Amino acid sequence: MKDRFNLYRFASPATFYPLAGSLIPYFVAVSVVFGLAGLYLGMLVAPTDFQQGEGYRIIFIHVPASWMSMFIYLVMAFWAAIGLAFNTRLSGMMAQALAPTGALMAFLSLWTGALWGKPMWGAWWVWDARLTSELILLFLYIGYMALTAAIDDTRRADKAGGLLLLVGVVNVPIIYFSVKWWNTLHQGSSVNLTKSSMAETMLWGMLLMAMCFWMYSIAIALIRARTIMLERERHTDWARAVIAGAHE
Amino acid sequence: MLNIIGAVIARDLKLAMRRQADIVSAVFFFIIVVSLFPLGIGPEPELLRKLAPGVLWVAALLATMLSLPRLFADDHRDGTLEQLALAPHPLGLVVTGKVIAHWLVSGLPLALIAPVLGIQFDLSADALLVLTGAILLGTPALSGIGAIGAALTLGLRGGGVLLSLLVLPLYIPVLIFGAGAVDATVSGLGGEGHLSLLAAMTIAAVGFAPWASAAALKIALE
Amino acid sequence: MLEADNLECVRGERRLFAGLGFRLEAGELLYLQGRNGAGKTSLLRMLIGLLPPESGEIRWQGMPIKTAGEHFRADLCYLGHLNAIKEELTPLENLLAAARLAEEPLAEDDALDALEQVGLAGREDLACKHLSQGQKRRVALARLVKERRPLWILDEPFVALDIAAVDWLATLISGHLQRGGLAVMTTHQTVAIPAGTVRELRIGH
Repeated sequence: MKDRFNLYRFASPATFYPLAGSLIPYFVAVSVVFGLAGLYLGMLVAPTDFQQGEGYRIIFIHVPASWMSMFIYLVMAFWAAIGLAFNTRLSGMMAQALAPTGALMAFLSLWTGALWGKPMWGAWWVWDARLTSELILLFLYIGYMALTAAIDDTRRADKAGGLLLLVGVVNVPIIYFSVKWWNTLHQGSSVNLTKSSMAETMLWGMLLMAMCFWMYSIAIALIRARTIMLERERHTDWARAVIAGAHE
Repeated sequence: MLNIIGAVIARDLKLAMRRQADIVSAVFFFIIVVSLFPLGIGPEPELLRKLAPGVLWVAALLATMLSLPRLFADDHRDGTLEQLALAPHPLGLVVTGKVIAHWLVSGLPLALIAPVLGIQFDLSADALLVLTGAILLGTPALSGIGAIGAALTLGLRGGGVLLSLLVLPLYIPVLIFGAGAVDATVSGLGGEGHLSLLAAMTIAAVGFAPWASAAALKIALE
Repeated sequence: MLEADNLECVRGERRLFAGLGFRLEAGELLYLQGRNGAGKTSLLRMLIGLLPPESGEIRWQGMPIKTAGEHFRADLCYLGHLNAIKEELTPLENLLAAARLAEEPLAEDDALDALEQVGLAGREDLACKHLSQGQKRRVALARLVKERRPLWILDEPFVALDIAAVDWLATLISGHLQRGGLAVMTTHQTVAIPAGTVRELRIGH
């Protein structure tokens, strides 16, 4: 690999592996701090909602999870674009490392949405535009993971998965727009989500929780990327050294 | 440019004509799936009329999925795909030809048979017309988007199931606007808006998808 | 002129070869040799541009094949180990369709003549699925008869041919070289090519 950009140096697994290893504890620590602060604000400080009672507090998980599920898909598509354009090995690993976390976030968002929906709307599931889009997003994550898992050759898996992500990211706005349109057209039980002005503490609680999820996602993605990296590079000298070191 | 697209279409149509059983099976699959719904739901005309657009469209999506795995797999197995990739013109044009040919043998027959099935669901003449138009307009997008999935899953084990997993979520907008057009006509709102959006999606899909499929094919051929 | 420079090939986790290079002039034939799994087919796929090399470059008439793209492919004729014929089509239809897709116009008389040369006279209108393996291979080889593109890349062209057919193909390749064509091919059996300069390249150790 030529040293044209600095990027290439960090994109080399031998450099990235120890760097990621030393960064992980910080991300974990920051995530815990934000999480505790966010939970404190959300569970204890934020006022009880006069319409929804205490049940609404699940949004401190639900909303950040939804944000992260969308954000992670964009980040994966970003890595995919880098990978296809510059042919860097790291990009594919990062995209694959992020996918399970993204899917987890989408699932969490749906699950907490259902828990919230039951007391709010009297049903576990309503075909609300956002819920439906979130469900489709989960399908997209699953499709990506299934495709990369089905391809044995890692290089082809990275490229094919990357292409799928780019196709997906082009389609996400179209899907969202059409689901929204479909929803307004079929408005049977019109449900209005949290239109009431939000208390400032609630907003802060949500932002802190979003930061916590964000840092968590980075930490877990780095851990997963390191594992993938070690597995793929097990025949190289640096990976052998790492593995030998771990056995001592 | 039109030369090569025409040559691919001519070849694929000739091949399809030598294997008409495949076309006929897909059409019968469509008919059977659509006919199963009244058996599952009950014969009440009011209910069936309401469900018809969605049922017909979902069945059309599934029927299209049937022929997709073979879009590139046959050419891949006998080596002609390599020759197509080595031909002195962009691979995207070849795929465009294949997508058009796929639509002619899979989407077009569905559109032609759809009004007959619509009658089973007691749709009005207006609704039948819009239904046929919507399937005519929307199915090329299905062939186009499907080609990307077919290229990505080329030669993989369990390719068929995987293909549905990748492609069906991407079909949702076509489903929504295709069925929506008929719905809007039935409820007296007029389906023109839906049909124009459907046409826009098809133009975008047929213009863009072959190039994405070509990129996926090159990855698969490495 | 076909040049390869410092090619490296990695498949999966294995490096098949590295630092491989050659230079082939008009009228020359390159035999690729090596045991199974040495990377002969991978090298051929690099030469036709389907497999990007890990490092190194391939040039055709001085231009990297990656940038030359369609111009390179317009000069290239590739015969893989798969026959690239459609079972449902007749030999004649196969030849004509292949020529049309490659944008190399082929008259029907020329196609019939080519089929006669490979010994398929009388079977032009029989669907290929009714032909034997050897006959199918001949349909694939018939493409070469009227082929005038300068660069031929052939993967195991002599496999499954009887002695007479081997001689016929060797003569055909000689004719190509005499016209100033280039050829690269892999083979297990050494076949004497009557004309042109024959060079050898051994891959692996």
